[in-house]
Amino acid sequence: MNIGKQLKEGLITQNPVLVQLLGMCSVLAITTSIANGIGMGLSVTVILTLSNIFISLLRKIIPEQIRIASYIVVIAGFVTIVDLLLQAYLPEIAEGLGLFIPLIVVNCILLARAESFASKNTPLAAAVDGICQGLGYTLVLVVMSAIRELLGSGALAGRQIFPANYAVMIMTLPAGGFLTLGCLIALVQWIQRKTKGGK
Amino acid sequence: MDWTTLLDIALGAILINNFILVQFLGICPFMGVSKKMDTAVGMGFAVIFVMGLAAALCYPVNLLLESLDLRYMRTVAFVLVIAALVELVEMFLRKSLPALYEALGVYLPLITTNCAVLGVVLLNVQEEYNFIESVVYGIAGGAGFLVAIMLFASIRERLEFSDPPKAFQGFPIALITAGLMALCFMGFSGLQIPW
Repeated sequence: MNIGKQLKEGLITQNPVLVQLLGMCSVLAITTSIANGIGMGLSVTVILTLSNIFISLLRKIIPEQIRIASYIVVIAGFVTIVDLLLQAYLPEIAEGLGLFIPLIVVNCILLARAESFASKNTPLAAAVDGICQGLGYTLVLVVMSAIRELLGSGALAGRQIFPANYAVMIMTLPAGGFLTLGCLIALVQWIQRKTKGGK
Repeated sequence: MDWTTLLDIALGAILINNFILVQFLGICPFMGVSKKMDTAVGMGFAVIFVMGLAAALCYPVNLLLESLDLRYMRTVAFVLVIAALVELVEMFLRKSLPALYEALGVYLPLITTNCAVLGVVLLNVQEEYNFIESVVYGIAGGAGFLVAIMLFASIRERLEFSDPPKAFQGFPIALITAGLMALCFMGFSGLQIPW
């Protein structure tokens, strides 16, 4: 077991969004406020961990030919559970995320981890992998939503930092999502280039 | 049936609430298969086809779930219907229209994980569209995808010859381009049918 290495991979070197470029839709769509970002990130982390454990437990039973369909059913089951729980206990977050909670089913991160990691490793390792990759995803969501909320509405987690009159409205609109993510990935590539050049 | 309502839905799905650039549904294939014009067009048509069919098929499935009081099974049921549908379409095309099957190639199975397809079905339920409206919304949503991916692919072909800063090469510059396209599509937001 190598938790430190897996955590580093999930958060930085193999970050699901910034490096593996998976799960773009939700990242772009819901990062308009920090509350949404954290809600979405934690939902995905929970679902990813549970589905990873479950798929890893079933990895020897699921036939090769229908494995993708089986993974999707497992994931869809957990997504439904989380969706209903959010609606019951955190209705505000459920409202803000809207359509993108059920759409976690087709989020490429979950299927990619099921196929490339959970189906080949023990349940414990798969659980750690789910948590690490989920945290990496959450990290990106929080950073992006902080940037967009601050620049777009002058607030941070609902608290006004500077008057909304000076805010750049565009950052909370769809276009701002593309621009922010583009700049973030460029930053990561720049850092990778720097660290490689230093070696 | 009121034609203006249908036109309104179609116009909304293609321009005002474009699935990719405004609603962020289907970004993965949008980024993944837009490097070349002809593959982008192939993917676009495959998506129109599957989205229209999925909208038509999931409508009775939803009615069935509602009559059985199983609304919470929607997501699971819809995903399965879409996966089965894509598989069926693939088999049907291979048998009867091999030319089209060859042209679509690997893009067909990829559509299962396109969130625009699941998204359009869920939106149909949310907006309480009737059968015809659902199908129109599905096809128009696919058409919106085709428009966006065609525009994006033609820009990206030119991007190949551009010289962005090193850190922006590849994916980041494509995202920035998409952002600028989204800005342009914001211009449609006030569009209304005058009658």
